[in-house]
Amino acid sequence: MVNEEANSQRLKCEQVWREISNYVEGDIDPSLRLAMDQHFGTCQRCRSVLEGTRNVIRLYSDERMIEMPAGFSRRLQSRLAQGGRAARTRWSSWYAWTVPLAALLLITGAIRVANSLTSVHPMKTAHAQPAHEIPPDMPVVVTTGAKVFHAAGCPFIHHKDTERILTAKEAIREGYIPCLRCLRKYLNTDVVGKTEKSAVGDADSEANDQDEEGDVPGGGQ
Amino acid sequence: MANPNPALRNSEQDGDTREQHLIELVQRGRNELFYELVHPYERRVYAAALAILRNENDAEDVVQEAMLKALANIRQFRAEARFSTWLIQITVNEALMRRRRERTVTMEPIDDRPNDDADYIPREFADWREIPSEALERKEVRQRLAEALASLDPKYREVFVLRDMEQLNIQETAETLGISIASVKTRLLRARLMLRDLLARGWENGWFSRLPFEKGSKPW
Repeated sequence: MVNEEANSQRLKCEQVWREISNYVEGDIDPSLRLAMDQHFGTCQRCRSVLEGTRNVIRLYSDERMIEMPAGFSRRLQSRLAQGGRAARTRWSSWYAWTVPLAALLLITGAIRVANSLTSVHPMKTAHAQPAHEIPPDMPVVVTTGAKVFHAAGCPFIHHKDTERILTAKEAIREGYIPCLRCLRKYLNTDVVGKTEKSAVGDADSEANDQDEEGDVPGGGQ
Repeated sequence: MANPNPALRNSEQDGDTREQHLIELVQRGRNELFYELVHPYERRVYAAALAILRNENDAEDVVQEAMLKALANIRQFRAEARFSTWLIQITVNEALMRRRRERTVTMEPIDDRPNDDADYIPREFADWREIPSEALERKEVRQRLAEALASLDPKYREVFVLRDMEQLNIQETAETLGISIASVKTRLLRARLMLRDLLARGWENGWFSRLPFEKGSKPW
């Protein structure tokens, strides 16, 4: 505490503690800094407070203090890839003209795929089946251009230049759905078959069956 | 070129220029480049979210939401500001909103104890035993420090994290949290002094007992 014998300029410890944070920041006027420097020269307690404060700042400002959960970057990247596409349609008038074109291409492609293997309804039904049977650690391929994940080597992977490998569990977690072609053997095809029959009839079922037969990488259209 | 300092400066400038260039590209619609832009700041935005939410999953989720918001609003970013600060501010807003929402749901009392103005009196006055930065290599030391930080009242923790871990300046910290500069300074002081006391007690509690500390030179 304050030493009465010292000169009247001398600060009380309480004043030093109140200003110690600003002192460390260099955010005090020179005369106060000088008085504090003098105080630290003679007061062991306040020196301890100063050294401890600096130690705290030094330790916590170290990058090693921030530990990232495993896979954080990858998950952020893929979330941005998904969300970024949505954001583009909202925000980029620059490329706005490409949106209807892309939509047209997607619809054309979807119709072509749907015609080639099954009707739209059974596809939805099959995709709606949770892919519980797919081994969670199985490496699968996703791309930023589609909502579907594939087994490696599936001939129906679009936008190959954006391919990323995830585990099936991660892909599902990120909202991807299994490819009906290459991952069909893991899906609950019984339910699919029944729904198809009731919803769209035999012709489509047949088409779907044919597709099941043709479940060979490199096969298909 | 023999002097490393100009070279370093050049590389920093190159980094800034590159960042500016990337920002402009994303602003023009090259959304796929956005991750490259935010990648260097992942740690910092995550730490900011974690400081507020104290739950790793929530913090990660909030970071993802915040980065999507940043992407959606990238055209509003002005070059006068630091991009990192802008990202941190968006993240903090998002985290605060989430916390507010959860508090409303769980009917937790909002912390409004008016103890900002009261002076904090340090409790530990023995000679300071320095905890060297190398100690951070050890997981248990990092854990202890994280626990000490987590034990602070949110209003002190948030200011401390933004200023001392995220390196925002006092004004940016005030703007981000929507509080006055005076409040930032008071809370920062308190947070630093409380952490100092906790760390000092950490020696007594054996947190840092295995650190290579020069015994005898600073007896307790």
